[in-house]
Amino acid sequence: MTAIAIGTWRKPSIIPGFGLTFGFLMVYLSLIVLIPIALLILRTTQLSWAEYWAIATNARVVAALRLSFGAALIAAAINTVFGIIVAWVLVRYEFPGRRLADAIVDLPFALPTAVAGIALTAIFAKNGWVGQYTEPLGIKIAYTSIGVVIALTFIGLPFVVRTLQPVIMEIERETEEAAATLGASRRQTVFRVVLPTLVPALLTGFVLALARGIGEYGSVVFIAGNLPYRTEIAPLLIVIRLTEFDYNGATAIATIMLAISFVMFLAINLIQVWARRRFGYV
Amino acid sequence: MTALAQFRRDTDYIEANLSLVAPFVDERLRVKTMNVTVENLVKAFGATPALHGVSLEIASGELIALVGPSGSGKTTLLRLIAGLDFPNSGRVLFGAEDASSKSVQERNVGFVFQNYALFKHMSVFENIAFGLRVRPRATRPSEASIRQRVMTLLDLVQLNGLEKRFPGQLSGGQRQRVAFARALAIEPGVLLLDEPFGALDAKVRKELRRWLREIHDRTGHTTVFVTHDQEEALELADRVVVMSQGRIEQVGSADDIYDNPATPFVFDFIGDSSALPVIVDKGSIALDDRILSIDAKGHADGPATLFFRPNHVRLAGQESGSIVGTVTGSRRHGDIRRLELEVGLARHRCEIDVPADSEVSRNGRVAVKPTDWRLFPRVS
Repeated sequence: MTAIAIGTWRKPSIIPGFGLTFGFLMVYLSLIVLIPIALLILRTTQLSWAEYWAIATNARVVAALRLSFGAALIAAAINTVFGIIVAWVLVRYEFPGRRLADAIVDLPFALPTAVAGIALTAIFAKNGWVGQYTEPLGIKIAYTSIGVVIALTFIGLPFVVRTLQPVIMEIERETEEAAATLGASRRQTVFRVVLPTLVPALLTGFVLALARGIGEYGSVVFIAGNLPYRTEIAPLLIVIRLTEFDYNGATAIATIMLAISFVMFLAINLIQVWARRRFGYV
Repeated sequence: MTALAQFRRDTDYIEANLSLVAPFVDERLRVKTMNVTVENLVKAFGATPALHGVSLEIASGELIALVGPSGSGKTTLLRLIAGLDFPNSGRVLFGAEDASSKSVQERNVGFVFQNYALFKHMSVFENIAFGLRVRPRATRPSEASIRQRVMTLLDLVQLNGLEKRFPGQLSGGQRQRVAFARALAIEPGVLLLDEPFGALDAKVRKELRRWLREIHDRTGHTTVFVTHDQEEALELADRVVVMSQGRIEQVGSADDIYDNPATPFVFDFIGDSSALPVIVDKGSIALDDRILSIDAKGHADGPATLFFRPNHVRLAGQESGSIVGTVTGSRRHGDIRRLELEVGLARHRCEIDVPADSEVSRNGRVAVKPTDWRLFPRVS
């Protein structure tokens, strides 16, 4: 088996330069991703298991992690639902200002996150455009976990839309027409034919938005209010630990986030692999 | 036992043993066919006209081919019948019923797309069952009868055992047959096929052609199919509709179309033919300065085009009034040899068939006389 594997490995390829590019890939990935993460993990080894466990189960840390992952999950889910609609409209319909709307989708990418955070806070605070109407109804948005979700929704939107657009463009008109000739209503066509073909792309967009949300710092710290145990996100807690010169505490929280994220993304990846194998397409 | 007999027997069995009270079962017993009438359909896409007032009668149970070059409007006509597009004016009748106001869902047509348009995320089974599953609860068959129906159809299209596969795991010909079974599942009143064999290689095409004819004979659906392949149209269809530039040129049986082409376009499009520009003058025909010994009595004087097929000529030797040309090419064509000639001063090209053992040299002179020919007035 090994011999065969090596044989195919060394086989001259139509596309030359594999050796060079693969070498580059390894060096680049190591420098940019693997070495920093290795150092992070190495740093945690300075803690004993007992100390590590104490940090991991600290009530403030648990609350921050729960908020970070929970809000990111909710925001990614919201983006998935509304991202479909945005992407669908942008791809399927011609309307004046379509290009402008398309460009606006990218704004959360381009805007410095702190600016976004301040702007959102201004809108949703007690005297803001939206806040002044919701607050009398008893709905506080700024300085609550709702505010965190809104900030994460804002920064996650382009990931879902940009992942979906090319896939929606690729849907053959005939597939929908076929469903119609078979008697399917528009609604049935959307839910049974169109959406299922979008699932792999939706999952990818969801993962990207989720990953972005978990790590987001800049926009959230302004709108969250940062109350320990209530509206304090995990990345902020890491920064707080650093400013207290508690480097071990900071790296411990970081590795916990890393581990949870890794397990989540691995699981989603496996779902995609399974889907690809089962349906024979991406 | 034929698939249809099996199908009927299964139906009886279900009815007798599961006592299904659905109208579905009754529908399954007979294959509903209907005639289709197309009246004066006009369709333009923006400023581009696609159909200029097309009328056509399609008899119940008929297998009819729409044939023409790309842009002739054949696919547009098919889509208008299906209700996938709507005409600017004119109407489509299913039986005696005006279908113009009916949506594509209500028309109950089976449509097979050129690229099959299978649902990639569904198994073969689910693809075929789709049309039954989306029915309103009141008319939706039970799970058992859906299963029965899909299996019967899989049998009909000879894909038994592949029901769990996904479209991505099938060959082109297999996908085509899944698309076909999926369209048949809803018991369509009319079956519409858009270039059904367009994407397949020549051998599979031939097989599927015979297979389609067989299925049509068994199920008796009124079937309209679009093709740009005249051979396919002539071989397969009861009647052939030749279209060009949004108009119907001729409707007829394969024999009609081939032996009595109604227009220069049909003569040119169907089968091999040569066309020579001639002048008709008081019953005689002149090709450039030569008078041909072809009797043109009854034809109006003026410019005309002389059409003849390569095999409808005989070698003329030294006879006067023959068509004389220089051989510019020679190729073997089955049992005969086909020569390419340049005729007259203007070097008009034409093709003739001679026995394979004829000794013809390149640049040699050959004289021929058409044994069967048609003359169409030339408008220029």
